[in-house]
Amino acid sequence: MNLKLKALTKSIWVYHMSTGSCNNCDIEILDMLTPRFDIERFGITLVGSVRHADAILVTGSLNLKAIPCIKRVYEQAAKPCVVIAIGVCACGQGIFKNGPNCPNPVDSILPVDVYVPGCPPKPEAMIAGIVKLIGKLKGKGRNIPVGEP
Amino acid sequence: MTRLLFNFLIYPGFLFTACFGLAACWIDRKVTGRIQWRVGPPWHQPLTDLVKLSIKEITVPRLASKELFFLSPMIGLSAVTLVSMLVWLVNIDPVSKGFSGDIIVIAYLLTLPATTVILGASASGNPLASLGASREIKMIMAYELPFVICLAVPIIKSGGLLRLSEIINYQAANSPFVASLSGIIAFIVMIFCMQAKLGLVPFDAGEAETEIMAGTYIEYSGMLLAIFKLTKTMLMAALPLFLITLFWQGFNFLSMWKYAILLVVIILMRNTNPRVRIDQAVRFFWGKMTLLSVMAVLLAILGK
Repeated sequence: MNLKLKALTKSIWVYHMSTGSCNNCDIEILDMLTPRFDIERFGITLVGSVRHADAILVTGSLNLKAIPCIKRVYEQAAKPCVVIAIGVCACGQGIFKNGPNCPNPVDSILPVDVYVPGCPPKPEAMIAGIVKLIGKLKGKGRNIPVGEP
Repeated sequence: MTRLLFNFLIYPGFLFTACFGLAACWIDRKVTGRIQWRVGPPWHQPLTDLVKLSIKEITVPRLASKELFFLSPMIGLSAVTLVSMLVWLVNIDPVSKGFSGDIIVIAYLLTLPATTVILGASASGNPLASLGASREIKMIMAYELPFVICLAVPIIKSGGLLRLSEIINYQAANSPFVASLSGIIAFIVMIFCMQAKLGLVPFDAGEAETEIMAGTYIEYSGMLLAIFKLTKTMLMAALPLFLITLFWQGFNFLSMWKYAILLVVIILMRNTNPRVRIDQAVRFFWGKMTLLSVMAVLLAILGK
């Protein structure tokens, strides 16, 4: 169990999913992946396919058209897979709180594990969020559903 | 029988080559990191990735052809294990002499990993995977031609020997083939073919992460993806060693610097080149590389 947890937390492959954001958070995610922050030190890499992903980075205020898409993408991911909400829109709708096109916050659709607020959050804030996520996973210990959908 | 099984599964087949390849893979990632002016992953990163992938869920797409989807990674892994066992045994085991024609068998087996990638991608029923598979087919057709022509150079130069151990002995008695003109040309062409066979950057159109989302591997997850990654990793150990055996007088544990040189060439090529389009790759291999390899064969017949 300990080895499994270590392997899961030492090699987090992230998948980047935009649900109608203004592109600012997406650019900051790309900044986080640059050599300046070098998160490959911790085994974090960006993958193209959600089948390979261990963490889904959700950005943007979730609009109505994106809801079936993100449900489908989350179902296609190989479990265990965590969801990280990046940016204030994904965390709690932000300035679109009363918007008619995006009535649902992300965490009403997907089980969000970590919230990284900010408009946009700095790469340092995202890395801090991932560190907290690892701490949470380690604290949870045996509760992670390993190998089960 | 027991000895053969031991050779195949533990030393120098599966386990040993896997550890060797994982180390090579880590060196590759670390040096890439240093080239990009960053620290790079810790030494256990390739192994951690494999362990993590193997404990994850295996998802099977609804449209997939299940048998082929599950079988193709296993076939590729067993083929590359067999190649590495043959190549290591003729080099480090004084008892084993291989068999006549093992060069041809290895050339066939080296095509299998790419073929199984194509089969698995076509079986997964994804449009991007089929796009990757079609690119991979074109790539195989492109690089196999100069590869096979160059394979003839050491055979011609050694006077028609088809056994790896005899080729090593011939080079030890005379001089390594890279020291001759035809040998060095064929060796350089082989290095480019090796890069394409490994699916590394200038020639990785089949699994282009940024355009077709890992292409051929897009539907694979969990253990099956881990097996594909392990196949790639072991190929990274086996293919340069095969080249050294053919052209550079073979190797033992003291002459691993030859392998290190080839690994550095691979890493530098991968870090200093952009991805080429598939038509550019085909033109490169069927044009320049085939011309060079034909030239090498002609020079070898002339005894140069």
